[in-house]
Amino acid sequence: MPNLGIEVLFRGTNLLRLLGGLWVAVRISLISTAISIFFGLMVGMLMVSKNKFLKLIFRLHLEIVRIMPQMVLLFIAYFGTTRVFGWNLPAEVSAVIVFSFWGIAEIGDLVRGALISIPVIQRESALALGMTQYQVYLYIILPQTIRRLVPLTINFITRLIKTTSLVMMIGIVEVLKVSQQIIEANRRTSPNAAFGVFAAVFLLYFLICWPISSLAGYLEKRWFQP
Amino acid sequence: METTSIEIQHLYKTYSSQNSQVKALRDVSLSIPEHEIFGVIGLSGAGKSTLVRCMNLLERPDSGKVILGGQDLLALNKKQLRLCRQKIGMIFQHFNLLEQLNVLANVCFPLEIRGIPARRRKEKAMDLLQKVGLADKAKAYPSQLSGGQKQRVAIARVLANDPGILLCDEATSALDPETTKTILDLLKTIHNTMGITIVIITHEMAVVRDICTKVAVLDDGAVQECGNVAEVFHAPKSKAARRLLLMGDKEE
Ligand SMILES: Nc1ncnc2c1ncn2[C@@H]1O[C@H](COP(=O)(O)OP(=O)(O)OP(=O)(O)O)[C@@H](O)[C@H]1O
Ligand SMILES: [Mg+2]
Repeated sequence: MPNLGIEVLFRGTNLLRLLGGLWVAVRISLISTAISIFFGLMVGMLMVSKNKFLKLIFRLHLEIVRIMPQMVLLFIAYFGTTRVFGWNLPAEVSAVIVFSFWGIAEIGDLVRGALISIPVIQRESALALGMTQYQVYLYIILPQTIRRLVPLTINFITRLIKTTSLVMMIGIVEVLKVSQQIIEANRRTSPNAAFGVFAAVFLLYFLICWPISSLAGYLEKRWFQP
Repeated sequence: METTSIEIQHLYKTYSSQNSQVKALRDVSLSIPEHEIFGVIGLSGAGKSTLVRCMNLLERPDSGKVILGGQDLLALNKKQLRLCRQKIGMIFQHFNLLEQLNVLANVCFPLEIRGIPARRRKEKAMDLLQKVGLADKAKAYPSQLSGGQKQRVAIARVLANDPGILLCDEATSALDPETTKTILDLLKTIHNTMGITIVIITHEMAVVRDICTKVAVLDDGAVQECGNVAEVFHAPKSKAARRLLLMGDKEE
């Protein structure tokens, strides 16, 4: 059997370091996700309002986020702001800002889509039953919006987690960076370390993303085909 | 509401978009006495839905009066209107049940909103499901029901509020003729046992013929003709009524 370079993982604190790197990625994702959901909900609701100016701003925001590679946004937030404004944003803060900027736009758009997908007639038939506007929102619009939203949001979160691997480009030592370091350090003794270490990284990402996306699948099934 | 008559006076409603104006209602007046089953018939775009939506102010008319049971709806404040709406049931073409709730919960829903205690609302809901012939489907979900069954649930739900008036906007238009017949029979039974005033909006002659005592013919946002069903159908005076009759004959 060829040497798969797995033994490297068990040398010293290597495995712990990998897990530490993973935690950095997860931490960035978690904070960005929380911010994105909170503000995304607001943006989504504002996007269905009648205010043309706000709509234009959010539309523009979404286009920018979709067109620009996340890496470019990271560079702007980290290096760009230092050059231009003299700010010295910590790398992790820059990462959270960029991912939140992205997440707010994406989740805002999901919220907007979910809100407008609820037929007007649903609202009207509830009003005709003598419900207040507030009750209609609480009992009719919100539950249906959230049902549509949860699976989509979860999918977005897995995308976000995968994209955090980019943050090593601005010097954050997350799981991918740690694996590179481990491979470098052990190049002499275990030339095949790349395989084992990256396989471990694959497994780690899988262990995080798989439960999340199967939760999305489960909710989708449970909620849409009762 | 003391009585359940409907008085519509000089109703106007115009929808304007960027480059066009649609006069959906042009000086519509109608007088529907208590306990009547009243039909409003007209081709697509005639303004039927607009008219019926004005009857519970889902749509606010530009001018005119909507008087239900002696009560001028346009003079009510938000809360009064809401309480009034509970007494004006409305059913729609597409049922609008809550997909995530089972049949029983759908019927209980308006009672829950009104703060009726859990046991009482369950009793009442089951009683209503019995009335519409769906007691055995109480635990089913809307997606497991046929169109006719869904409409029965919608009817049970709307009856939960003990309405004095029932507005039906194309309530049978999504159903086949057979099922339409059974729903109309159900409405008749409800009418006979509860004595509520029913307004039937439809584009089908057969529906009016089957269930209504009086009918108004709406065309281009105006009432063209109004009278007893037999009279209007035997000796139509307006062009619109004659056209509808011709189309009805072709369908049969
Ligand atoms: N919300 C709206 N905005 C703009 N125009 C509208 C709106 N609602 C209705 N209209 C217009 O008003 C006219 C009457 O519409 P209405 O829905 O009352 O017709 P209807 O008789 O119910 O037709 P159908 O049989 O197709 O349901 C139509 O020309 C329609 O396009
Ligand atoms: Mg209509």
